[in-house]
Amino acid sequence: MSAMNRKLKQTLAEAISKQVEHFSKAEIECLIREFTVLLGEPATPGRAVTGLDRGTFRRILHNIFGMTNDMIMDGVFRTFDKDNDSFVSMKEWIEGLSVFLRGTLEEKIKYCFHVYDLNGDNYISREEMFHMLKNSLIRQPTEEDPDEGIKDLVEITLKKMDHDHDGRLSFADFEKAVREENLLLEAFGTCLPDATSIELFERHVFQEQLEQ
Amino acid sequence: MGLSLTKAAHWTSSGTGKLEFTPMNESLLKEILCFVEQFSSQHPQEAEHVFEAPLQWSTTLVASDFKTDYDISDLDVQSHEKDSEGHPLLQLSPPTLNVRSFSQLSKLVRLADDKKLEEVRACLEENRDAVVKILGPCFGNILEREDAHTDELRLVDEDQVKDSDVKVKLFRLLQNMDKQLLSKLLEEISEQVRLDPTAVKNDMELLKRFCSEGEKRVLKSVRYTSDYEFANGCHAPLWRQLHGEICYLVIEPCDTEDLYITCSTTGVFLNGGIKHEGAESGYERTSDMYKDLVTLLKSRSPYFAENINKQDFAVELPSTQRIQHVESVDMEEQGQSQRSYEQQEKNVHDKARQQHTLNKAGGEKKYEPCPRWKNLGLMSPCCKAEEKKSGKSSGEERSAEIKRKKPGQGAKSKMKAEFSVSSIHGRLSSHKIKTPAGAMPVELSSESSLESEEEEEQSERRPENDTDLPSEYWQIQKLVKYLKGGDQTATVLTLCAMMDFNLMQETCQLAIRDVGGLEVLINLLDTDEVKCKIGSLKILRKISHNVQIRQTIVDMEGLQSIVRILDSPVMELKALAAETIANVARFHRARRTVRHYGGIKKLVKLLDCVPNLANLTATQEKDVEVARCGALALWSCSKSTKNKEAIHKAGGIPLLGRLLKSPHENMLIPVVGTLQECASEESYRIAIHTEGMIKDLVKNLSSDNDELQMHCASAIFKCAEDKETRDLVRKYKGLQPLVSLLGKADNKQLLAAATGAIWKCSISVENVAKFQEYKALEILVGLLTDQPEEVLVNVVGALGEFAQIPAGKAIIHKCGGIKPLVNLLAGTNQALLVNVTKAVGACATDKANMSIIDQLDGVRLVWSLLKNPSADVQSSAAWALCPCIENAKDAGEMVRSLVGGLELIVNLLKSTNNEVLASICAAIAKIAKDKENLAVLTDHGVVPLLAKLTNTTDDRLRRHLAEAIGHCCMWGSNRAAFGEAGAVAPLVRYLKSKDNTVHQSTAMALYQLSKDPNNCITMHEKGVVKPLIHIMGSNEEMLQEAAAGCVRNIRLLAVANRKARLFY
Repeated sequence: MSAMNRKLKQTLAEAISKQVEHFSKAEIECLIREFTVLLGEPATPGRAVTGLDRGTFRRILHNIFGMTNDMIMDGVFRTFDKDNDSFVSMKEWIEGLSVFLRGTLEEKIKYCFHVYDLNGDNYISREEMFHMLKNSLIRQPTEEDPDEGIKDLVEITLKKMDHDHDGRLSFADFEKAVREENLLLEAFGTCLPDATSIELFERHVFQEQLEQ
Repeated sequence: MGLSLTKAAHWTSSGTGKLEFTPMNESLLKEILCFVEQFSSQHPQEAEHVFEAPLQWSTTLVASDFKTDYDISDLDVQSHEKDSEGHPLLQLSPPTLNVRSFSQLSKLVRLADDKKLEEVRACLEENRDAVVKILGPCFGNILEREDAHTDELRLVDEDQVKDSDVKVKLFRLLQNMDKQLLSKLLEEISEQVRLDPTAVKNDMELLKRFCSEGEKRVLKSVRYTSDYEFANGCHAPLWRQLHGEICYLVIEPCDTEDLYITCSTTGVFLNGGIKHEGAESGYERTSDMYKDLVTLLKSRSPYFAENINKQDFAVELPSTQRIQHVESVDMEEQGQSQRSYEQQEKNVHDKARQQHTLNKAGGEKKYEPCPRWKNLGLMSPCCKAEEKKSGKSSGEERSAEIKRKKPGQGAKSKMKAEFSVSSIHGRLSSHKIKTPAGAMPVELSSESSLESEEEEEQSERRPENDTDLPSEYWQIQKLVKYLKGGDQTATVLTLCAMMDFNLMQETCQLAIRDVGGLEVLINLLDTDEVKCKIGSLKILRKISHNVQIRQTIVDMEGLQSIVRILDSPVMELKALAAETIANVARFHRARRTVRHYGGIKKLVKLLDCVPNLANLTATQEKDVEVARCGALALWSCSKSTKNKEAIHKAGGIPLLGRLLKSPHENMLIPVVGTLQECASEESYRIAIHTEGMIKDLVKNLSSDNDELQMHCASAIFKCAEDKETRDLVRKYKGLQPLVSLLGKADNKQLLAAATGAIWKCSISVENVAKFQEYKALEILVGLLTDQPEEVLVNVVGALGEFAQIPAGKAIIHKCGGIKPLVNLLAGTNQALLVNVTKAVGACATDKANMSIIDQLDGVRLVWSLLKNPSADVQSSAAWALCPCIENAKDAGEMVRSLVGGLELIVNLLKSTNNEVLASICAAIAKIAKDKENLAVLTDHGVVPLLAKLTNTTDDRLRRHLAEAIGHCCMWGSNRAAFGEAGAVAPLVRYLKSKDNTVHQSTAMALYQLSKDPNNCITMHEKGVVKPLIHIMGSNEEMLQEAAAGCVRNIRLLAVANRKARLFY
C-alpha cells in the first residue's frame, strides 16, 4: 500500500509541479505528505475525504500562521478553495501555498484582492471595507457614533486607493495603489504569513520530513 | 552677598559656576559693590565683626596695589588689622586672597579701583555660601528657611556667644540688602516681557548708539523703513499691524549685506527685503524667528556678535534683552529653535486658548513659581500677595499694570510668568513629552505686557489665527488619533494616509509633532510589526528634514530605537533606518547618541554588500540600496571627530573603498562625502592613499555630477597634504580635470574644493609644471577678484606655491595678479591673510614684482599685518617682509618711512610663538643691513630682547636668531652688549645642533661677536674653538670664512695678551 501510495504521490507531484510555480517536485511531495498528515484519518472510514474543510483550514491558519481575524481567514479559505466546494483539495492546497509562501508581488496582489473581495463581485466596496476594519480601532465610548472613526478610516482609504472615484476598489485600483505603496498590500487585514512563520513552516515541511 | 541673592544670581548663571555676563548680573554686582563700599562708614560696628570663616577667592590684585595699613613682603600682603588671636584680617598670597571682615572688604574694594567689579564677581563666584562664611552655619540655615523672623533669631541668641548681637544686626543688614536687591531686580525684569513698540524703540536707540563712528562702531547704519509712527508706536502699515508686525528696519552691519528686518510682537525676523514704506511684497519671513534685534544681529553678523560683547557694560542693554537673558538660561541648549518652537506651539493652541483665556488667566497652574524661586524665603510674602491678587479678575490686574502705579506688583506677575515658562523649558529639555498645557504660560507672558494694544491686536487676530491653522493640521490630528487607537491594519492604513501629506512642508512636520504624532511614530519603532515600522520610518525620514523634529526625535530617545532597527533582518527596514539617521544626525548630540548606541558599527556593517556592482539581482540591488543608505548615514555621522575614529575602528575604510568603485552616482556621493569629511584625520589620509582610493577619486573628478566632483576635489584637497598623494594625483592624470573644474566658476563650493585641491597639489614642483601646461595659473589669477573668501584662500594659497618658481612669478606679473593680491592684504580673514602674505612674499623675490608691490604700498600693508592678533598672520607677514626688504629699491628709506614700524617689530620679539619669533628675527636680520635702521632697532632695545631668546632649543628659531644677532652686531657697542646680556655662551652651544643652517648663521654671528675681546674670552671658555675648526672643514665658503675669522680673532686676542704680558 505504501509503495503504491508513494508511486501515486510521485506521479501526482509530477503532474502538479508542471502547473505550480515556486516549488520543486521534491517540495511538492513534501507538501502532499503534509497535506495528508493535516487531513488526518477520515472521520467516517471508507468515505474518501476530498480535502481540508473550513474548520481544519482555519485551525491551520491560526496555529501555524498566527492569523486571528475570522473574516480574513474565511477570505483566505475562499481564495484557496478555487472550485468553491467548501474543501481545499490537495491541488488547491499546493497552488494556494505557492502564492501564500512564495508568491511574487503580482500574485500576492491578486490573492489579497480576492481575500478582501468578500462577496466575490470583483470590487471591494465601502461596506466590505467597513466590515473588515470594524474591529481595528479602539472605540471611544464617549463618541456619539462609535463607528465614526472606522467610517472615516474607510473614506481616507478610499480617497487614497480609489483612483477612478467610483466609490469602490476595482482590482485595477487596488493594484495601482499597492504598486505605489507596498504597505497597502494587506490593507484590510493580515492575510499573508510573516517571514518567521514562513521560515518555520518551510523548515518543518521540507527539511524535517526529508530527514525522516 | 546674601543667600537669596546668591541664588538669584546663580539662577541667571550657567552651570559652570561663573556668573554670566548679563546686564542683570552686572547690575546686581554693582549693587553689592555699592553696599560693601558704604558698609564700613554706615555701620562701623558691624564692619569690625570678624567672619566665621574667611571669604577666599583668587584675585587679580597684586602686592603693589596695596598701600598703607598693610604689611607687604615680596608678593604677600597682610593687613595691620588683626583679630583677637592675632591673625591678620586680610591676607594675600597670590593669587589667593583671604578677607575676614567687612571693614577690610570695603577698604579692598576701594583700593581695587577699576578692578573692583571683577573682584566682587570673583568673590561671589568662589563664595557661594558667603553668608554662612560670614555668620556661621546657624544663620545660613535660618536665612534659607521661609520666614526668618526675629523670634527665631532670639532662640539662636540664647545659644550664641556674646558677639551674637553684632551678628544679628549684621544678619539683618544683609537681609535688608537682599530685599532691596531683589526688588530692584524685579523692577528691571518687569520692564518688558514681550516685544512691543517701546521695546523695539529702546532696541533701536541702543543700536543707533552702536552706529557711531570710531572704534566702538559695530554697525554701519540702522533705520526704519518708514519714519511715520502711529499712535500706538508702530511703524508698520495698519494692515500689517493686524499680523502683529510693529515695524520694518534696514540695518547695515559692518561685515555682511544689509539686513531687512521685521519686528513683530512674536519676535524679530528677516523679511523678503522691505526697503521703503508702502512696499507691496517682501513681508514673508525668510529666517528663523529671533527673540530680539540683538540676537538676530548676533547670529547674522559675526562682527557684531564679536564686538557687542566687548562693549562696556556701562552701555545698558535694553530691557527686552535683559529679560531674554533671564529666560534663555534654562534653555541654553534648546537655543533659538526652542523659541520658535514655543511660538509654533502657541499658534497651535490658539484655538484651545481662545476659549480659556479669560478664566484661565488667573489659573493656579500658571502662577506657580519656578521651584527655585519658591526656595527664596524672601520671595514668599510677595508671592502670596500675588496669588491672592490673581484671584481677582484678570481685567483688574491688567488695568493695574497699564497704570504702572504699582510697578512692583505688575513686575512680579510678569516675572513669574517668565519663570514658569522657563521651568517648562526645563521640563522639556529633560526629555519629557510636552502637553498642550505647556503653551499656556507663554500666553500669560504675552498678556501682561502692554495690555491695551496687545488686547486689540489679539482680538483681531484670533479669528484669523483660528483659520490660520492649516486644514492639514486637523487632518493630521485625526490621523494621529487613529494611530493611537488602531490595530496593525488601521495603523498601516493611517500611516499610508499620512504619507500622502506633503511631509517636507514645515506645517505638516510640526503638526505631526504638536499633536503627539512623533511620540506614536517612535513608539511604533519598538513594536514587532514590520509594516508599522516601515510606515513609521517612511514618515520619519521625511519629517526629520526639519531641525526641530530632529531635536525632538533625539529628545524622545527615538534615535536609540532607530539605531536598533539597523540590526533587523528586513532589508527595507535597515535602509529606511539608515536614511532616517542620515537626516537626524545633523547635529552633535544626535551624532553622539548614534555612536553611544553602537550605531556606527552597525552602519559600517551595512556597507558590506556584494562587490560586483554592475549587474545585480533583485536582492543584491536591495543590498546595495542598504549600503547606500548606510553611507548616507555615515556621511552625516562623520562630522564628529569621534565618529570618524569609530568608523575607522569598525573597519569602514576598506568598505568605503570598495563602494568607491560603484558606477552609480547616488552611491558615490555619500561615499566620497564621508571620505572627504573624514580626510581631515591623518589616519584616513594614510588609509585613502594605501587603499588605493586616489585613483577612484581622480576618476570621479571627471564625473558629470557637480556634487560628486566637489566631494572628490575636496577629498583630494585634504589628502594632498601628503606628498605621495600629490604624486598619485599626477600619475592618475588628475591635474587636468582639476584645472577644468575651474571653469565652473558659478558653483562656489565646487570652485572652493577645486582650487583647494590645486593649491595642495601645487606644493609639489612637478605638479606645478603640469599645471602650467594647462594654464592653471592664468585662470587662478582671474579668480582673485569677486570670489567668496573660501575660494580666495585656496586661490591665493595656490598662487603662493606657483610663485615659488620664477616662471610662476613672471606669469602672475604678466596677468596682472599683483594688484589684486595686494588689495587682499586689507582683508580680515586670517586664513586668507596667511596665504596672501605668503604669496606676496613669494612674488616679492622678483624685482619686477617687488617694484609693483612697492608702488601699491604693499609693504606698508604687510607690515601692518604684524599687528594682527593671529600668530599665524604675524609670522606669515614677517616672512613676507624679508624678501620685500631685500628686493625693494632703497629699502632702508622705505622701512624708515613706516612710522612706528621698527618699534612694532622689536616688540614682537616678546611673542611666545616660536614661529613668530623666527620670522621676526629673519626680518630683523634684513632690516639691520641698513645702518640707520639698525640704530633705531638698537634704540628700541633689540639687543637684550634677542639675547633673552638665545636659550631656545628650536633649531629654526636658532638659525634666524643667530642671523639677527650677527647683523645687529654692526652697530655701536652692540657686540659688547650682546656679551653682557649673556648671548654668547648659548650661541656656542648652537654649534652642537644637528642642523647645518644653524651652524652657518651661528658661525657668522660668532665671527661678528668675536670682534669684542670679552666675547672671545667667553667663547674660548665655552670651548668654541674645536667645533669651529671642525666647521672650517665645511664645503661652504662662507661658513669656512666665518669660522676661520672667529678663530683668528680669538687667536689674535691670545697673541695680544701674551705680548702685553711680555712687554709690560
